[in-house]
This record gives sequence, structure tokens and C-alpha cells, in this order.
Amino acid sequence: MAAHLKKRVYEEFTKVVQVSAEGSELCRVTPQQHEDLSAKKLRLTKPSKSAALHVDLCKATSPADALQYLLQFARKPVEVESVEGVVRILLEHYYKENDASVRLKIASLLGLLSKTAGFSPDCIMDDAINTLQNEKSHQVLAQLLDTLLVIGTKLTENPSVRMRLVEVACKHLTDSSHGVRNKCLQLIGCLGPVEKGVAKEAESQAAKDVQKIIGDHFNDQDPRVRTAAIKAMLQLHERGLKLQQAIYGQACKLLADDYEQVRSAAVQLIWVLSQLYPESIVPIPSSNEEIRLVDDAFGKICHMVSDGSWVVRVQAAKLLGSMQQVSSHFLEQTLDKKLMSDLRRKRTAHERAKELYSSGEFSSGRKWGDDAPKEEIDTGAVNLIESGACGAFVHGLEDEMYEVRIAAVEALCMLAQSSPSFAEKCLDFLVDMFNDEIEEVRLQSIHTMRKISNNITLREDQLDTVLAVLEDSSRDIREALHELLCCTNVSTKEGIHLALVELLKNLTKYPTDRESIWKCLKFLGSRHPTLVLPLVPELLSTHPFFDTPEPDMDDPAYIAVLVLIFNAAKSCPTMPALFSDHTFRHYAYLRDSLSHLVPPLRLPGRKLVSSPVSPSITPHEDPSQQFLHQSLERVYNLQHLDPQGIQELLEFTIRDLQRLGELQSELAGMADFTATYLQCQLLLIKALQEKLWNVAAPLYLKQNALASAAAKQILEETYKMEFMYSGVESRQVVIIHHMRLQAKALQLIVTARTTRGVEPLFGMCEKFLQEVDSFQRCFISELPQMQGSFVDKLLDLMPRLVTSKPSEVVKILQTTLRQSTFLHLPLPERLHRASANIIEPTGESDNPLRFTSGLVVALDVDATLEHVQDPQGTVKVQVLYPDGQAQLIHPKPADFRNPGPGRHRLITQVYLSHTAWTEPCQIEVRLLLAYNSNKSKAATKIAKSTWNESLEALPQPENGIEGTIPFSKPVKVYIMPKPARR
Amino acid sequence: MPEIKVTPLGAGQDVGRSCILVSIAGKNVMLDCGMHMGYNDDRRFPDFSYITQNGRLTDFLDCVIISHFHLDHCGALPYFSEMVGYDGPIYMTHPTKAICPILLEDYRKITVDKKGETNFFTSQMIKDCMKKVVAVHLHQTVQVDEELEIKAYYAGHVLGAAMFQIKVGCESVVYTGDYNMTPDRHLGAAWIDKCRPDLLITESTYATTIRDSKRCRERDFLKKVHETVERGGKVLIPVFALGRAQELCILLETFWERMNLKAPIYFSTGLTEKANHYYKLFITWTNQKIRKTFVQRNMFEFKHIKAFDRAFADNPGPMVVFATPGMLHAGQSLQIFRKWAGNEKNMVIMPGYCVQGTVGHKILSGQRKLEMEGRQILEVKMQVEYMSFSAHADAKGIMQLIRQAEPRNVLLVHGEAKKMEFLKQKIEQEFHVNCYMPANGETTTIFTNPSIPVDISLGLLKRETAIGLLPDAKKPKLMHGTLIMKDNSFRLVSPEQALKELGLAEHQLRFTCRVHIQDPRKEHETVLRVYNHLKGVLKDYSVQHLPDGSITVESILIQATAHSEDQGTKVLLVSWTYQVGILEDIHFNQF
Repeated sequence: MAAHLKKRVYEEFTKVVQVSAEGSELCRVTPQQHEDLSAKKLRLTKPSKSAALHVDLCKATSPADALQYLLQFARKPVEVESVEGVVRILLEHYYKENDASVRLKIASLLGLLSKTAGFSPDCIMDDAINTLQNEKSHQVLAQLLDTLLVIGTKLTENPSVRMRLVEVACKHLTDSSHGVRNKCLQLIGCLGPVEKGVAKEAESQAAKDVQKIIGDHFNDQDPRVRTAAIKAMLQLHERGLKLQQAIYGQACKLLADDYEQVRSAAVQLIWVLSQLYPESIVPIPSSNEEIRLVDDAFGKICHMVSDGSWVVRVQAAKLLGSMQQVSSHFLEQTLDKKLMSDLRRKRTAHERAKELYSSGEFSSGRKWGDDAPKEEIDTGAVNLIESGACGAFVHGLEDEMYEVRIAAVEALCMLAQSSPSFAEKCLDFLVDMFNDEIEEVRLQSIHTMRKISNNITLREDQLDTVLAVLEDSSRDIREALHELLCCTNVSTKEGIHLALVELLKNLTKYPTDRESIWKCLKFLGSRHPTLVLPLVPELLSTHPFFDTPEPDMDDPAYIAVLVLIFNAAKSCPTMPALFSDHTFRHYAYLRDSLSHLVPPLRLPGRKLVSSPVSPSITPHEDPSQQFLHQSLERVYNLQHLDPQGIQELLEFTIRDLQRLGELQSELAGMADFTATYLQCQLLLIKALQEKLWNVAAPLYLKQNALASAAAKQILEETYKMEFMYSGVESRQVVIIHHMRLQAKALQLIVTARTTRGVEPLFGMCEKFLQEVDSFQRCFISELPQMQGSFVDKLLDLMPRLVTSKPSEVVKILQTTLRQSTFLHLPLPERLHRASANIIEPTGESDNPLRFTSGLVVALDVDATLEHVQDPQGTVKVQVLYPDGQAQLIHPKPADFRNPGPGRHRLITQVYLSHTAWTEPCQIEVRLLLAYNSNKSKAATKIAKSTWNESLEALPQPENGIEGTIPFSKPVKVYIMPKPARR
Repeated sequence: MPEIKVTPLGAGQDVGRSCILVSIAGKNVMLDCGMHMGYNDDRRFPDFSYITQNGRLTDFLDCVIISHFHLDHCGALPYFSEMVGYDGPIYMTHPTKAICPILLEDYRKITVDKKGETNFFTSQMIKDCMKKVVAVHLHQTVQVDEELEIKAYYAGHVLGAAMFQIKVGCESVVYTGDYNMTPDRHLGAAWIDKCRPDLLITESTYATTIRDSKRCRERDFLKKVHETVERGGKVLIPVFALGRAQELCILLETFWERMNLKAPIYFSTGLTEKANHYYKLFITWTNQKIRKTFVQRNMFEFKHIKAFDRAFADNPGPMVVFATPGMLHAGQSLQIFRKWAGNEKNMVIMPGYCVQGTVGHKILSGQRKLEMEGRQILEVKMQVEYMSFSAHADAKGIMQLIRQAEPRNVLLVHGEAKKMEFLKQKIEQEFHVNCYMPANGETTTIFTNPSIPVDISLGLLKRETAIGLLPDAKKPKLMHGTLIMKDNSFRLVSPEQALKELGLAEHQLRFTCRVHIQDPRKEHETVLRVYNHLKGVLKDYSVQHLPDGSITVESILIQATAHSEDQGTKVLLVSWTYQVGILEDIHFNQF
């Protein structure tokens, strides 16, 4: 064996010499050769490593030395081809080594090596198993088993290998060290036969029932082994083995274990079993009754919600949520807590509130002794520790750790979603959670309430508590609450009134919530038209006899009231009769200015402004969508018209699309995207139409401004198209890149015509050709669809271009550019334009922000971002000072929140500083979208398909083109750095 | 049989004056040393003469443990240590050690300076007493002496409240002090591990009560305060200086913060300010929220709550004032109450129990016209609210703690006899353990069944476990060895080792048996026949025919001789040592 190894090592050494000689000859490399070279390069350096390892290990005089060498070796990766060699060397040393720690390291290295991608470890399996035989150290044994586990997981398809490994594991299960038993169980769990059939076929001793083997270790003396056994069982379940119901009893006993990790795992196991055999019947101990297994398990897990360890409590509370088959009787018990005081039955605050409400004296003050206990309780009947589910959620929601409380709220949510009656019952508890001390919990319970809101109707006293939270200083909480109110059902008109009053209070306290409150009232109105109707005169403060003064139209509170009323009026035709004249006028104004909040109304003496889209039409047949497609088709079909015609048509279409985007928000992305594309095309056509091309070069130094500006603008637009829209697919990326290529060609032509001398052109031509080349490589699969396009023609002419002079190249380019056809831009399914809206600062303040020059002032920035992918990496804040100085700020990742799909919210602080000014002046704050063409979709494709090393050497024209696109309206902030006082 | 004796000197079927004597495995420990609020004579302190009539207390008691700083748990400490005379160690947690002297000093001032009592402990005595105190950390095992060790667990209730485990050898007692199983705004819930003590001594203040969720009460409280403040009214909250006051402060502070309210909150100065300082220091003893956020901001550094000045009471506009004392019977709270009582916009919230005869009790029971000193009639127009905030475990909480600790016996103290009766019955019924509720001065004896540890040599253990099946934690296992009892220690060693240690020679027992066989052949032929037979029967054992004409099967020796009288009868001599299993396989009947 050693001889063989040595031979191998020398072979590799000789190869090294050869290749490096070969490599030195190569100066300039084509891509083809390059790949060849890179492959060799790999072999060039790394095999010497394994050889070096061998040499090192032989040299090592003490175990510590050897350990050092191994550690160094482990730091570098080993490539696939030499793994086996390295493993053999390691094994050889393993047998020779006397020191356990070195053997341990070798064993762990074996595991690491077998993980190498592309390496099939079956060749070293036998050796690895053999090493187990004579090993005395428990730690090394455990590590070796771990290595076997790695090997096994890589060879899962091979049943005989798995069989063998499981057999080995079973043999070591009797080991006295917990570490070894642990690993054995883990191995059995991961590799044990799952299919019944296979187990019978194999027939050997290992065909023993793995479940039985693992189950035997549920009673192991070491808690770590018990945990491992349960985990192994869960692992088997995950792999698809149906666990036997018989282990349920065992698992139940484990719930009383002394160790938390055992209990935690046991809870999971019980849950799994309850999902597998929900309907089986189990006996209740110490009585002859029987209940369904899922109910029994539910009771047991509920019991664990008051466990001593919070880890177990979290686990139990979480799992409760997913036990939906449990019977409603048990479910409702979880919210039950019998109160007593001095052995007399007492009603809970919830019950009292309900009673007060139903007896109609809700607002009565509280008296002392109001909660005085009523009837006597039979002492025998009181059960202080219910074995069942009693009060599990009451405990969970009152827990000390917020993790448990959150888990309980989540579970409550899931259960309430599936059971309306439970939803009704848990309402009181959820409402209570709105006052939790931790914001996260409050937020979570508000969200939960929203999710179950279609199942519930809020009582007035509950609504009162809910609304009290509107004053919360956290914007997240308030907004969540607004969303909740959007979809709650209120039972009485007083409730609506209360909600409106509280929302208006909120509005005066936090004016920035305006939009959110209006939206909330919109839904509140449209959900409860009949409840709003009797309130209308009061809300509009109309009087049967007297005229009342006309309210201020710009008052946000008044708008809020109107939004509520108009939305209610939509489905309540009698309501407009109650409006006074100015209300109609205000309606017309609001319908126009806030069209998203005010619905079209059928008002007397007025035509309906626009007929609502009938719901039978699916969005795909939507007329506006049709319009979009038609106008696009028109453009694409008419490409051979005379240039004048094309220009006009393009202009009209662009105008149409832009307008369409404004009207139809859901199509805005698509319309804008195509409009931008057409705009690029238009610019290109216009630039090519310029007269300048016919005039002799030196004469029009001035006129070319238009053409070069066009080229520049197209470039910018293409970056916008590529990076500002979410949902852009590779089909579109090709077209965009193609357009960019055309723009670059245009730039080249313009430069060629304006500059004198050939020198600068050489470089430009070279660069351009490289770009064409990389384009071809990136989009090779898309090329067939680009018949007759600019690049298609260019590629045909490529051999000529490479050899010809710059002036000729320019000429060819010019003609191809003119002759090339207009590429059809396919539209993706969903396309959204990234947009941002800065809410704060509002830019309305006239008070300058004063600060001492040289020091910093923090400016709060609050913005909403829509359809931005990876905002943490791309969104930047730009501050422009009046002196033209610009500052780019990268917000922290934690400043971004994600309130919904596609939406983000940036709440950050920007630090400003400047030298002293004499006058206050405005600075501009805007958001930028940063992009890096290297990270574009096309480029990542290359990175994946080729070697990293070869990529470095390749021409990378786009490498590092970074830029930013402004995508929000700038906001002006008035600041005044004062000179420092001395 | 070893036993644990418990004698309550106070708090046996009673609330107040907690003082419990425990003797466990020859060690005597005193748990708490409190005073009784209800008495002003000798009965206010426990009867220490019970412990020893003559002779010093120090000789009799090994240590004193104080669970928390409430006076009914530590009020008699200076009297006990300085006046009666005790010089041994006193154990308490760090916060208790910090706050306890403040309260004792306050108590002394009221008794001596205001009521003019003499023969009471002095400030110097308090100081001297505190010098004897050893502070302990949570979960720290403190060795009182070589055998006695104590360990503190978190108990909630008030800052620094702890449950103590007292352990001697493998016998242990857990004393809970006062504890709270539901967390509140500033403290967490009590927690104990599954320590399985022989005896759990638990308080039982709320033995017959199951309380409603704390949230409803909190919400009601906040709503009431908020509404009044919004109306422009003033809110008076009479509190005692420590404990609940801090909880309500945190509650209001966070609410103000959350709701962005501007109305001022005041806190009466003095004792409370000092106490707040300690709350700021002992952050690790508070609940999760405060512990997690204190790096950004210590919750006890109140932003909205300011110190109160007498002049503020006349300020216009809304405000909230916390003032002492809690029952409106004297002091600042009563002054402010008088000023504000006439306005129906104002409100007073009583957060705790009021003793009969105090103004607090009167207004709570609905009296609207109060007669003040000097025959003044005070008409109460302000709203009166009652909110109960209490930090004791309720019946369910007590049961939960018992379930967590899994004791073998339970003993109830610090509660009323009638209520204890109910809880006792429940505990016995649900946990199947004995439950006791001794009265003051009554001794309860609990017999324990301590397990006795025996050292075993590793070699022997390994050898024995290798023989049998897998070790099973749940089943007892039989093993062979020699038990040596020497110098108060037990050791289990292998027989050879024992012989060597004791210097004895080994004796071997051999059993012999003669079997008569009718066989006319010669002796050696008989032997050969037996040998062949055995070889055929005992395939798994080594059967040898020795040259001297005997057969050995493992350690069994078989010899054949002719019968002295009858040559046709051969006598087979079978001889074996004690540990033989093969014999069963050999059936000589077959001959």
C-alpha cells in the first residue's frame, strides 16, 4: 500500500513539472484554451498538498506536531480527484497513530473529506468501518461513527450500504459511552430502513425493527441518549416511516423526564403521533373511560405549557396551534379558568364585562366588591390541577417569557382560524394581549386578530379596548390596528361612532397617519353601511331647519368623515338624501382628488362617472390590458413604415402608455416598462435620422450634441429598465442589453465622427468588440430569437470586424444600425416598477433645522418602498447640499421592515453636517437605487457556468459598472448650520 | 429512623411573624425571623425562649435564613441577634440585605420616635445585626458547615425574594418564603428545579383562591387613570413604599411612554426614592423585559415620574400622584386626599387591602361623608376605585410549584387554618403525599428514608455491568461484591480486594458427592466410559481425562474407585466448588 502511495505521489509531482512548463509557453489564451489551462492549473497546485501532507505526517515527531499539520491541512479545501488519495494517506497514519487526539482529528477529517462535492465515498467505506474494530477511545469511536453518518448520507440510494452501516451502529449501541450511543442512534435514525419491503428482503440481523431498537433506548440512563433516541425516531418519521402507535405510551412517560431536552423532544414525538393516529382510542389511566388519541395528546401537550423550562413551554405552545383535529370540547377548555375566592365561585373580569354589556349598563363605574364572590363551591368538586387542557392558553398568555406568549398567540391564531366558535371565545384573551409589555407581542396579537377577523364580531367593550391602543406611540402598532379595523365587524352604530371618534383622535395626535386612517375608514364604511346611516346627520352636523356652516374642505378630519360616509353610501342608496349641498360639491372634489378612497356613487341628478368594472371579467380580459397589448402590437407590426410614420406612432403610443400607467395602477409597471423601451427606440431612430451623418465631419461639432445625448439617455434608460423593475426575466434582459449595445454603437459612431485621429478609436473599437463578444457568450441561448437584429447582423460580420480598421468598423456599424430591425419586447406576467415615497420629512416645514456647524444633526427619514428586491443592499439615501456637495448614506439593514409582500418600509436616521451658513437653506433628500451590472442576472449566469479562475482572466467589459437610479421624489429640508459660538 | 422536625414559632396557621425552626439530620436552622403587624406587645416577636431556655442561641442554631425583606419575615432580626443574642451566620440575598436595614430603621423610627416605646432595638443594633449577614446569589450553593448547605431560588414576590433549599447529606428541605407564580410588570415568576426535597414548606396565603388574569386588572387600572387624566382630573394612588409601588410605577411609566401622554406623574419622596435606587441596581432580579432593555434604558430610571413636592398638589391640570402610606390613615396621602376629595373629576385608586378603621377602608365601603379631626366633615365627591394587586401564589400556583419540585412531604405555613385545610386535602388527593399544617409551637416530625451512598471500585462496576444486560436506570440490579464498613464510610469492593484489605486468607468450599454405579468392569474402564459419555453430553465444556485416572470438567473433578466391599459397584466421587452451573447439565441418572 505504501509503495502504491509513493508512486502516486511521485506521479503527481512529475505532472506538476510538465504542466508548468506548458503553461509558461502560453501567453495569450483564447477562451477554449484557457479552460483547458485552468483545469490543469488545479492539478498543478493541489495534489502536491496531499503529498506534502504525507511527508509532513511522516516527519511529525510528536502527536502535537501531527495535530498541527492536520489542522493546517484542514484549512484548505481538497479537490475531488485527490480526495481518495488523501483519505488513504490519512488512514495509513490512523493505524500507526497511538495518540487518541490525533486519531480523533483524522476521523473528523475523513468525515470532512467525504463531504467533498462530487466525491463518492463508497470506496472508503470499508476502511472506515474497519477502523471501528480496534478502536478503544470512545471519543474517536463517536467521531468515526459521525464520519460513517456522513458517508451514509451521501450514499442514501444504496440500500445495502445503509443496511451495513445500521448493523455497525446496532453493534455499538451497547457501548458504555453516551457519545457513542448518541451517534449510533443518530445514524440509525438517518439511515435506518424506512420501507417495510426492503427490510424483509435484506433479511439479515439488521432487518430487526429499527423502531424497536430505538424505542429500547427511550429508557437509557443518560438523558442525552434518551434525547438522541427520540430525535432519531422523529428523523425516521421525517423520512417517511410510519411510527407505531405503541410508542405513544412510552413517549407519554418521557414527558415527566427530569431533563428539559428530553421533555422537549418528547412533546414533539407526541405531536407527531397525534397527527398520525388522531382517531385511535386510548384509555384514560385510573378510570375505564377512553378518549381519542389526539384529544389525549392535546391534553398532555397543554399540560406542558406550564412546564418548568421555558424551552419546553415554547415548544408545547407552538405545537398546540397545529392540532386542528382536536374536539371543540377540549379546545374550549384551554381558555377556561375557574376562579374562586375564599372557596366561593367568582366570575372572571371577562364574564363580568359581558354581563354588564348584555344588561345594558356598560359605562357604570366600578364599585368595591363588584367582583365579590357569589356562590359557595363544593370543596370536593374543585380540581386544582386538571389533567386535561384546562386553562393552557390562559397560562401561556400570562407566561413570564415573551417567547412563550408569542408562541401562544400564534397557536391561538391557528386554532381560531379553523374553529369559529373558538375564535369567538378567544377574543377576550387576544384583546387583553393588546396591552402586553412587549411591543412584539402586541403586534403579533393584533395581526392574529386581523387574521381571524372574518369569524368574529367585536363587542362594544372589546372594541373600546382595541381602540385604546390607537394612541400607541409606535407607528407599527397603529398601522396594524388600522388594518385590523379595516376588516373587523362591528355590531352596533355606537361602535362605529366610537371607532370614528377614536380614529379622529388618533389623527389629531399623529397627523402622519392620515392615509392609513382614511383607508381604514373606507373599509369601515363599506362594511357597515346600515350602521353608518343613522349616524349621518350627526356626522355631517346637518340640522333639519338651520343651515350649518360649511366645513373646511382641507381638514383631514372632515375628509375622514366624508370617506366613511361616501363608502357607506355606495351600498345604501337612501343615504345621499341626507347630504346637504356642499356635501355633493365636496364629493365631486374628493372623487377627483382621492379617487382611490372615494367610490363612484349613483347620486340623484348626476350620471355615474364611470361604470364600475363588472366582476365577471377576469383581469386578463380586462379592456385596459387589451388596450396595452393592442397598442404594442401595432407598434411592432408597423416597423417597416417610413421613419416619419414610425416616430409619430411611437410618440403616440408612448403617450398612451404613460397615461394608461397613471390610470391603471396594476398595469403601471408594464406600461411604464414598455413606454421606456419605446422611448429608447424612438431616441435611437431620431438620432439616426439626424442630418449630421450626411455632412462632412468637422462641420457639425455642435449638432452632434443631440445624438450623443440620445446615446447617453438610452444607456441610462436601459439601466433603469434592468434594475428598477421587479419581475424582469432573462428574455427581457436580452432585449435590454441589446438596446444598450446599440446605444454603445451609436456612441462609438458619434465619437468617431467628432474626434480627430485614429488613436483613441482603437481602444474604443476594441472595447466595443469585446462587449459584443461577451453579449454573445451571455445570451447564446437567446440568439436564435433575434433574427435580423443588430447583434445578429453584427455577429455575421464579426470576422470582418475583428480584422478591419476602426474607420471601417464604424462604417459597418452605422449601416447595420440603420438596417437592423426593431426587436419585439415580450412582456412578463408580472412587472412592477420600484417606487419610493418619502413620508418624512414632509418638506413642508418653514422652520429650519438649526444646529452648530461642525456637529451633526439627525434627520428622521421614513419612506415606503414598493417592489424593491433586496432593499437592504440596494436602497441608499442621498443628501444634496446647496453647494452641490452630495452625500450617499447606506441605511442599516435593520432599518428596513417588511410589512407585506413587495412592500418595504425604511425608517432611518440621516446624519447631516456642514460648515456654517449665513442663511438657512434647503437641502434635498432622495432615495437612490444602487445597481451593479456585475450582479445582474446575466452576469451571475456566467459565474455559475464557468470556473471562477477563468472568469478573472476573461474580458469583463461590464465589470464594475455601478450606478444609482433616483427613484423617489426629492424632498427639501430647510436647515441652518450656525457658526459655533466661542 | 432519620427524621426532620419542624416547629413554627410564628406563621403556623397564621399570617405574620414568620419564624420556623427546622432540625434536619442534627442541624438546626431557623427560617425567617419576622414580627407581627397586629400586636404591639411581646407577642409581636416570636418566642425565642422556646429554642433554648438557658444557654446561647448560637450554640443551638446552625444558621438563620431570611427569605425577603418584608417586616413580617425579617422584623425581629435585630431583636433576635442583638438583644436575645445570636452570633451565627444569617443568610439572605443581596437585594434583601440592601433593603432590609432601610425598612428596619423605618420601623424602629415609627415605634420608638412616634409611639415612644422603650426597650426596643437601636440603629446601632440594626447595623451590628447586618454585619452578621452573609449575602448569597441565586442558585449558589453555600456551605454553612461541612454538612449543611443552602441554595437560593428565585421567588418573585418582591425584589430579592428567594426560596431556600436546605440540604444535609441527601436529606433536604425547601422553604418557599412568599412567592408568586405569575410574573408582573417588574418581577418574574418563581422557579424551582425538580429537586425532590423530603419536605416542602410553602406559604398558603391564597390557599382557597384562584385568581383572574393579571392583564384585566392592569388594563382596568390604566384605563381608569387614563380617562381621568384626559378629563383633566387628578389621580391619587396611596401606596406603601416598597413592592407594589414599583410595579405600579413601571406600569404607568410604560403606559405613558406608549401612549405619548404628557400629564405629570409624581412620587412622594423619602423612603421610596431610596428603594428605587436599589431596584435600579438589582436589575438581574427583575423580569425579562426589564433585564433585556436595561442596556438601552433602565426602566427604573423613570422619565415621566418625578419627585413630589407638597406645593404641587395645588397645581392646576391633570396629574397622577403616588403617596404613602397605603391605607390613607396618615401622612402625605391623607393630606392630598383632603385637598382633592371635593372635586368629582378626581379619583383615588386603592391598590391594596385596607384595615378596618382607616380612611381607606371607610371610603372603600362607600362612605361619602367623613369626619376628620376637629369635627370637620369632609365630603368625598371624587371617584373611589379599588384594584387588587397582590403578589402571592394562588391555589393553582401553589400546586404548580409542588408539581415542579416533586417533594415527598408538604408543610403549609403563612395562611389561615381553615383555608389550609382545603389545600391540604387537595394536595394529598392530587399528589399522594403527606401534608402537614402545624400550629405555632407544634412540632411536626417527618420520617425520611435517606438513601445511603456506597463507593464502588470502577473495576468491579465495569466487570459486573459487562456480565449482565444493558444497564437499566429504572430497575435495581444484583451484583456480587463485598461491602466494607469502615470509618463511617461504605465501600463495595471485589472479594479478592476485601480479603487483601482485611488480611484474611481465602477459603474454598468444595462439595463432594458419591455416586454408586453398578458396573462390573475395571475402574479405568468405568472412568473411560464416564469420560466418553460426558464428552458426548457436554460438548461446550472442556472435558479432560487426566493421567492419574480422574476426569475434570472445568473445575469439577470426578474419580472412580471400586467399592471396598462389592467389586461390582463402583463409587464415583464428584467434587465441585460453589459456583457451578455445569452440574445441571450432567445427569448421572443416565447410567
